[in-house]
Amino acid sequence: MTEVYREDHPEYGDSAPGDERLDGSGVAQGIAGYLVGLVLALGLTGASFYFAAGHALWAPGIAPSLVALAVGQMGVHLVFFLHITTGPESTNNVLALAFGVLIVFLLIAGTLFIMSTLNHNMPQMGEIISMQR
Amino acid sequence: MSTVDTPLPFDPYQVGRARVDNPARGHGAGGPAAKRVIVAYGFWVFLLSDIIMFSAFFATYAVLAGATNGGPGAREVFDVRNVGVETVFLLLSSFSCGMASLAAGARNKPAFYASMAVTFLFGAAFLTLEMREFVGLIQASNGPSRSAFLSSFFALVGCHGAHVTAGLVWLLVMIAQVFAKGFRPEILRRTLCFSLFWHTLDIIWVALFTVVYLLGVLP
Repeated sequence: MTEVYREDHPEYGDSAPGDERLDGSGVAQGIAGYLVGLVLALGLTGASFYFAAGHALWAPGIAPSLVALAVGQMGVHLVFFLHITTGPESTNNVLALAFGVLIVFLLIAGTLFIMSTLNHNMPQMGEIISMQR
Repeated sequence: MSTVDTPLPFDPYQVGRARVDNPARGHGAGGPAAKRVIVAYGFWVFLLSDIIMFSAFFATYAVLAGATNGGPGAREVFDVRNVGVETVFLLLSSFSCGMASLAAGARNKPAFYASMAVTFLFGAAFLTLEMREFVGLIQASNGPSRSAFLSSFFALVGCHGAHVTAGLVWLLVMIAQVFAKGFRPEILRRTLCFSLFWHTLDIIWVALFTVVYLLGVLP
């Protein structure tokens, strides 16, 4: 039985985060990938600063669009710079990232929720002073 | 690559060693992963825990952003143009860091030194602008002790700046190690971890300039 094992073929199996799996002309393809990432990141950054300056957008829409642009730019960085892809060889990296994002969400949303509830239930400063009299 | 003609054994969960024609990638099959994969994955988990630590600083800042204690608010102290220049510097240093990983992959020492030097210069330029902003604030007596808003601002942005400083030191160490030892496997693993660290700092900066600076100065 002539089985071919993975150790002899590093192009199979899990890939390290940050490692890009290149097929064909390696270095030129790699440079092209980073260039696309840089152009997209610069474009998204430029759009963020442009919208934040108050041009071209309805005022209440500025904050949500800034958040959307930031999330998009983080995605660009993950895919083009950190090479965290949706391919099967990157499953472990994506799962770890998903868990990290879950904890970040719980921490930030939980903090904001608890602190706003706390502020809501606290008596105003004037009430505290009148209670002490 | 030659495909294997013999029928595969019944092994739905790929507990056996995976074969090239049925590698079941991402499920841990095929024996232990390469050391490069294990090291980078462990470092990725560390970076995610670092991001979680940053999220605590972000949450603190979000809660305290309005607590100015009669002092200046975000709109009075932030210079958005300066932040834009910082962002461009950091993006360019991230790009040249990518060039350095490609050069390390191609075992090209001159290209590696050149792109690492460019990465260092842009990173140092970013840090210089940030230091200038901090010094300006402190000289205008708007230091971290002025209000809870400024305390949380200095803690969050300063924590990112401390990471960039550590990254610059690490960058110089990697240049020295490649110079002294060449592209040995363990040196290549360290450069991979360094590039992960540097790109992750960029991701944190994206969240930072959006939440702290751009959303802070909105009317």
